[in-house]
Order: sequence, then C-alpha cells, then structure tokens
Amino acid sequence: MSVEIRTAAIEPVRQTFSHVARRLGADKPASRYQEATLDLQSECNFHYRPLWDPERELYDKRRTAIEMKDWYAFKDPRQFYYGTYVLNRAKLQDTAESNFDFVERHGALASLPRGLARRIKAILLPLRHVEYGANLNNCYISAYGWGTAITAATTFAMMDRLGIAQYLSRIGLLIDGNTGESLVVAKDSWMNDPVWQPLRKLVEDNLVIKDWFELFLAQNLVLDGMLYPMIYGRFGGELSQSGGSVVAMLTEFMDTWYAEEIRWVDAFVKTAAAESAENKDRLSTWAREATARTRDALAPLAKLIYLDEARAVLDDVGAQLQARLVKAGLSV
Amino acid sequence: MTDNTTTAAAPRKLSLKAKYAQLTRGLGWETTYQSPDKVFPQTRFEGIKIHDWDKWEDPFRLTMDAYWKYQAEKEKKLYAIIDAFQQNNGHLNVSDGRYVNTVKLFLTGISPEEYSAHRMFAMLGRNFAGVGPQIAAQMQSIDELRHAQTQIHTISQYNKYFNGMHDFRHMHDRVWYMSVPKSYFEDAMTAGPFEGIVAISFSFEYVLTNLIFMPFMSAAAYNGDMATVTFGFSAQSDESRHMTLGIECIKFLLEQDPDNVPIIQRWIDKWFWRGYRLLTLVSMMLDFMVPKKVMSWKEAWNMYFVENGGALFKDLERYGLRMPKYWEQTVAAADRLSCEAWTTFYNYAAAANFNPWCPTEEGMDWMSQKYPQTFDRYYRPRFEHFRDLERQGKRFYNTSLPMLCQTCQVPLIFSEPDDPTQTCYRESDYNGMKYHFCSDGCKDIFDHEPEKYVQAWLPVHQIYQGNCFKPGTDPTAKDFNPLAAVLDYYHFGPGDNMDYVGSPDEANWLKWKGLAKGDPAKMAS
Amino acid sequence: MSDTQSNVFLALQTNDETRPIIEAIEADNPHAVVHRFPAMVKIDAPGRLVLRRQTVEEITGVAWELQSFHVNLVSLSGNIDETEDELVLAWKH
Repeated sequence: MSVEIRTAAIEPVRQTFSHVARRLGADKPASRYQEATLDLQSECNFHYRPLWDPERELYDKRRTAIEMKDWYAFKDPRQFYYGTYVLNRAKLQDTAESNFDFVERHGALASLPRGLARRIKAILLPLRHVEYGANLNNCYISAYGWGTAITAATTFAMMDRLGIAQYLSRIGLLIDGNTGESLVVAKDSWMNDPVWQPLRKLVEDNLVIKDWFELFLAQNLVLDGMLYPMIYGRFGGELSQSGGSVVAMLTEFMDTWYAEEIRWVDAFVKTAAAESAENKDRLSTWAREATARTRDALAPLAKLIYLDEARAVLDDVGAQLQARLVKAGLSV
Repeated sequence: MTDNTTTAAAPRKLSLKAKYAQLTRGLGWETTYQSPDKVFPQTRFEGIKIHDWDKWEDPFRLTMDAYWKYQAEKEKKLYAIIDAFQQNNGHLNVSDGRYVNTVKLFLTGISPEEYSAHRMFAMLGRNFAGVGPQIAAQMQSIDELRHAQTQIHTISQYNKYFNGMHDFRHMHDRVWYMSVPKSYFEDAMTAGPFEGIVAISFSFEYVLTNLIFMPFMSAAAYNGDMATVTFGFSAQSDESRHMTLGIECIKFLLEQDPDNVPIIQRWIDKWFWRGYRLLTLVSMMLDFMVPKKVMSWKEAWNMYFVENGGALFKDLERYGLRMPKYWEQTVAAADRLSCEAWTTFYNYAAAANFNPWCPTEEGMDWMSQKYPQTFDRYYRPRFEHFRDLERQGKRFYNTSLPMLCQTCQVPLIFSEPDDPTQTCYRESDYNGMKYHFCSDGCKDIFDHEPEKYVQAWLPVHQIYQGNCFKPGTDPTAKDFNPLAAVLDYYHFGPGDNMDYVGSPDEANWLKWKGLAKGDPAKMAS
Repeated sequence: MSDTQSNVFLALQTNDETRPIIEAIEADNPHAVVHRFPAMVKIDAPGRLVLRRQTVEEITGVAWELQSFHVNLVSLSGNIDETEDELVLAWKH
C-alpha cells in the first residue's frame, strides 16, 4: 500500500485588515504600527450622550477648533505602538538606572560643593511639578482627542512625564539622603517663592484649556520648547563645567527624551497646519499667544539661573522655538 | 568658601512604600490661580463625597522605571511567540477550523472595547483629583492600549487565513450583536468618573474579568492556540494590577463617607447585571464553540463568581454592601444561558460575522453530562431538529429580526428565572413609548435612568428605520433585498457569515490539513 | 456561607522563572493547594498566602526582586500588601 503524502499550498486569503487595506490603497502587508493605529477609535453610532458633556457625543470632533479631512493623516515618525514604546523606554531606563546607581555608590551628590547642591535643588526639583502638569495635560488629550494617531502618542507622553517627574524626585532624594526634605522645600518654593509663581500660574492656566489641540500646542510645543532647552540644554552644560557633571548623568534621560519629542510634536503640528489656511491661522494665533505667556512665566526662573544673561538666554530659547514654529508652517 | 561639602551622612534606606510615596504623593498641589473645581470639574456631580484623596492606598507601587522594565520583558516574550506563530503557520495547529470562530468573536467583540477602556481610563486619570488614583488610572489606560494593540497583532495572523474579522472596527460599530459590548462600555464612559471606575474597575475587572480570561485562555491552550494563550496570560498580569485598582477604589470610596454606600450599591447592582449579560457570549464560547472543552459555563460561573465573588462580598459586608441584586437568577440560569445564546446565533448565522454550526452528537453528550437537569429535556430536541433539517438540505436560517432589550441590547432570548419554558419579557412605559427588556435587572436599570437608555442606538430598530444601508442605497428599487443591503452596510464578504459547514473556512481548513470532508477523527463538537 | 475561611489565590504562568516561586510558596504556606492547568498554576490558600523574597533566594541562590513576579503573574485574589520582602494576599474577614 502506498501512502500518498498530500501537500497543500498554504496561501493567505488576505494580507491585512480591510480598513487598513482601504487606507493603503490595496490589500498588501501592513506594518505593526499601521495595524495597531489606523481607525482604532469608534467614530459613529454612539449610544448615549455623556453626562459630563451633554451637548457633545462621547467622542466629538468639535472638542477642537482644528479641522481635518482625515485625522489619520497624522503619522508618528517614531511609529510607536505599545511594544516598541516600552522597549525603547526600557533601554533608556536601564542607562538611567546605571547612572543613578553610580552616583549613589560613589556618593557623588553628597560630595558636591554645598552651593552647587543648593542650586541644583532650587532649580531642578520644583520642576517635578511642571512635569506633573504635563502629565495631566497629555492625559487630557488622550482622553478627549480625536483619533488614535495623536491620542496614542500623547498616552506615551503622559507616562513619560510621570517618569521624568520621578527621576527629578530621585535626584532630590539622592541629595538629601532619602529624608525627602529637599522635596518638601521644593514644594514650598513651588507654592510660595515669587520666582516660581508665574510658572505655576502658567501651568494652572494650561490645565484649564478646553481645546485639546490648543493644549497640545501650549504644552508639548511651546512650554517644553522653551523650558527644556533652557534647563536641560544649557543649565546641565553649565553645571558640568562647575563640577556638577553628575547632574548631566542624572538628567540624560530628559535630554534624549526631548530630542525625540521635537520630532513627533513638530510632525503633528506641521500636518495640521498644512491641512488648511484656517488651521494654519488658528495654530499660529495659539502659538503666538502661548509663546508670549510662556516667556513671561519663565523670566524669573531664567533670572535665577542665568542672572544677567537671563534675557539673552530667553531670546535664544525663544529663537529655537521660533525656528520650529516656522518649519512647521506657522506664521509667527 | 571654606566648608564646601554637604554632610555625607549615610542615606537611610527607604521602604518600597516610603520611596513610592516620595516619588508620587507630593507631585500634586492645591491650585490657587485656577480654582480646584475648574481644574477637576467632574468630582462632585455624582453625589460622591471625597474628604481626603490622600487616603488612597497604592497596593502595587510601580514606578515608571519599573513599569517600562517589566512590561518590556513581557513584550519581548510575547512578540517572540507571535513571530514564531506567524513564521510557522501556527494557526494550523488549532484543534479544528471551528475553533477560529472564538477568535473572530474576540477580535470583533472584545478588542475594540479594550481600546474604549484605554480612553476611559485616560478620562479617569485626568478627572480624579488625587495623585494616587490618577496614576493608577493612567497606568491602566496605557495597559489597555497594550491589550488592544497586542490582540490585533496576535490575531492578525488568523485574519490572513480565516474570514469574518477582516473589518473588525467597522463591524463593531454596526453589527447587531456587537452593540452589546459597545453600549456596555459607552454606558460606563458616558457616566461620571466614580460610576465609571466602579463599573469597570470593580464590577468588571474585579468581579467578572476572570470569566473571560481564565476559561477562555485555558480553552485556547487546550485547542492548540498558542498565540492566544500567550497573549492572554501576558495580559492577565496587567489585569492583576487592574483588579487591585478595582478593589482599592471600592474600599476608598466606601471609607470616605457613609453617604457613598447606597450610591455605590446601586452602581454595583447595575454593573453586575450589565456585565453578566455581556458574558452571555462567553457562556456559548465555553459550551459550544471550543472543540476541546475545558469546563462548562456553569462550572466557570460557580468557580469565578459564586465562590470568588462570594468571598469578596463577604469581605465587603463590613461596609454595608451586599451581594448584587438578582445574583441568584444567574445561578438559576447557569444551566440554560449558553444554550439560549447558541441557539440564537445558530438561527442568525446569516447575519453573524462568524460561522456557527449545529453541535455534534459528541458535543451534545458532553452537554448532557455537564447539564443533567436541563440539556436533554429542553435543548437537545431543538438541536436534533436543526440537525434533521440540515440533513434534508433545509438548514434553518431565521430571516426575521429579534426585539432587543433596551438596556443590554441582547435579543429577548432568555427564559424566566424560574421557568425554562417561558421567554422572559419585561416592559416599561416612558413618555408615551413602550420599552422592552430581557429581565428584571435590565428593567430596573432603565427605570432608574430612562433619559439615558432611550437614546440607545438599537441595531434592529436602526435597520427598520432605514439607517443601516450604505449611502446611495435605493430601497424602492425593484429587486431591493433589505437583508443583503444591511450585510453590505456591515461590510460582510463571502464566507464571513453562514454555517461553518460548507463555508470557505471549512474548505480551506480541510485543504490545508489534508483532510477529507466529514473525517470523523477530526470532527470537533 | 460556611464558617471556613474563604480562599485567596495566586495564579502564575508555568515556566522556568516561576518554578522557584511556586516552590517558595509551597514551603511558606503549608495549607496552600497547588492546581496545575494548561500553561498555568493556580495556588489556593484559606484566608492568607505569602510569597517571601528570602525563600525564593534561598532556593535559587541568587538575588531576586520581588516586584519581578509581575512578569509572570496571571491573576490573584484577596487584599494585597506588598513590600520589597514579601507579598501577602489575605481576606480580612
């Protein structure tokens, strides 16, 4: 008796999901980013009006003045979905952890000149509250925005900001020997010190912005766009020169993170601006207003850090932001 | 400057709890430039009273660095298996082609709601006024995005080879029975933050989630679906964090003020019942759809609700809570639920995006053994009748449309709690209209919030109102076929619907496995 | 409801990493019962269950972070109390 071995060709019936194929223009293999992002949010046939916003639907395009024919025109240049996001951050945190370990084992912060330690505490630690504000703002956009393309990216940003707030807190604990005293003092400065009040006011004003795209601009482009170069760019460099290079180690995460943020935030703004003259005008107006408010809010902090050079520094970071806005297609 | 150094005292070691508190608790502050009520506008309207947000306990004190580290480890393992599954045609290792219909149900019915949960927890993360619960909710938000995306990636392979799930997002927003999970989550999302967290974190994630994941993932393991098992267990480790959020939020709310207790009890009653109705689909998956069975619905319900849930509510008695209303009805109905559900999908196979089938003799014998009081008496005759029709070439397809329950949106297919031979109908009159319900539980929910439930987008009503046709469809055309037009609106393609027997999926399965049709060794139940 | 204490449980994936964890739980919880399912182990205990870092380290001979059990966790029940040294699951009443 012969045994016939039958082989059948195992051909797939299709290459990807239909909604992805429609967007790609054909049924062809799709990336994991595409399959995990495109059309994931519900867009129709909602059942109930929200109790917390009865004039609107559950998801509602009217929660922003920005209008798009297609909210999936936004593409994250990093192509992050959850898996690639956590893998990326795990590598960054591994480096950060080694850095923190090193500093702790060598008592490097404990042996800083006292003036320098005081300066680090006074300047860096209250910023953890700014990060917390950024966390809440990106959370707001993730909740009420339209479409997965943007809201997934802001979800990752939301967790990043918490992570950065925690790294800043750990710097405080390293300096104060785990008593937490430095964080209490930083909180007090945040609440009461005149240097910090304009910035705290800005953060609180941002917290109540209702248009989620306006908030995106105010937080992720304008505030970050001036604060990060001012602090982690310049200040870190200066500290290194006066023996505080250990701080550069402990804030390396923030440097890397910000360089990455510029890419996707600018890409999103550029896409929105290129869509229509109306979008461009609105974004430009928002950017102009937010820039003026933010610069004023940062002025006392700039003075604290840079003294007579404060204005030059503000001009410089203002120019950096300006360049980004222009490149994104805004008229400012 | 003379003394330059700070005192280098040895730092005291912080406990996990103390370290976590330092890294999170002090981050927030009472705002003064904008009023706290403007920054957190949703904390009062539900009548819940919070006196001290700092009383929130963080049971799992996961800082972001630990989160990234452990989650990355999980992702590496998971994607290694997804890759292996894809490279080795792992989908061919499942017990039978019929099994894949459970995967279709999962992707089209459940995965979109993982996404909904992601958005909902972002809402909670922004609207709670304390740092502890904000962070817990935010972590769940990103976890749920993980679940939605990893499910899509896992099931992507199945989509390439089997029908029914190719347009899962489009179908989820339109197909009749998927309004059950869609309306469930939208109900929670459109409620206030406190009801939302009680609904999903407590009632769903703590009380009921084991009933989806534990038996279903074990069933995936028994039936050779390595990818789903891996995904399932990987997701479950996140679920444990979510469950603790659920139990913590309940304790926190109950301890904040005794006035919260009756509000929460009402929410528990509502969401237990809506969740139970949602699980109808799981009951039929366990009892009818998995070729190699793990446990019966009745066994699963007993293990994960009656025993587990019983222990939980016993623990919560000290707060003045009781077991959810109508829980006894769920026990009484445990012998019937899956049969009533599967019969319905058998009937409506023409309008479902998967391929139901009539159980085999072997399958029915298993049911007789698991349900000795009811199966042979009430349900076997029906299935044998359907089987006889099939053998005569007259496989029955129900072409009428069922009345849906206004609240849970399941068709009115359930029997009276104390009488398996009577369909259970309830109704309410509101503003001159009559509304229909499948049960006392659903009627109670409607009667308490009629303004909400009258808004529902009931798929069958919408079909009859002409809202379920593609733009440009002409109902006055001579050969207009309303059912075909609706299926077109659903984006059903060849093979998406109808019985498994004779389906393209069956033909492909037999071809790929080198089997002859009706091969008894490979017939699943 | 009966007078006997309600069970708590801990469920873990079945793999190389969890073997010492399960062993440690068995050693520290004489009243626990281990159930083996496909791909998963479920450990039930009346009223209380504890997982101790030190016990795991004694079994493996290497340092072990308690929080890393998250990677292989499937599910659990009971009120949770977690420190760096032990994880306790318990029903209070």
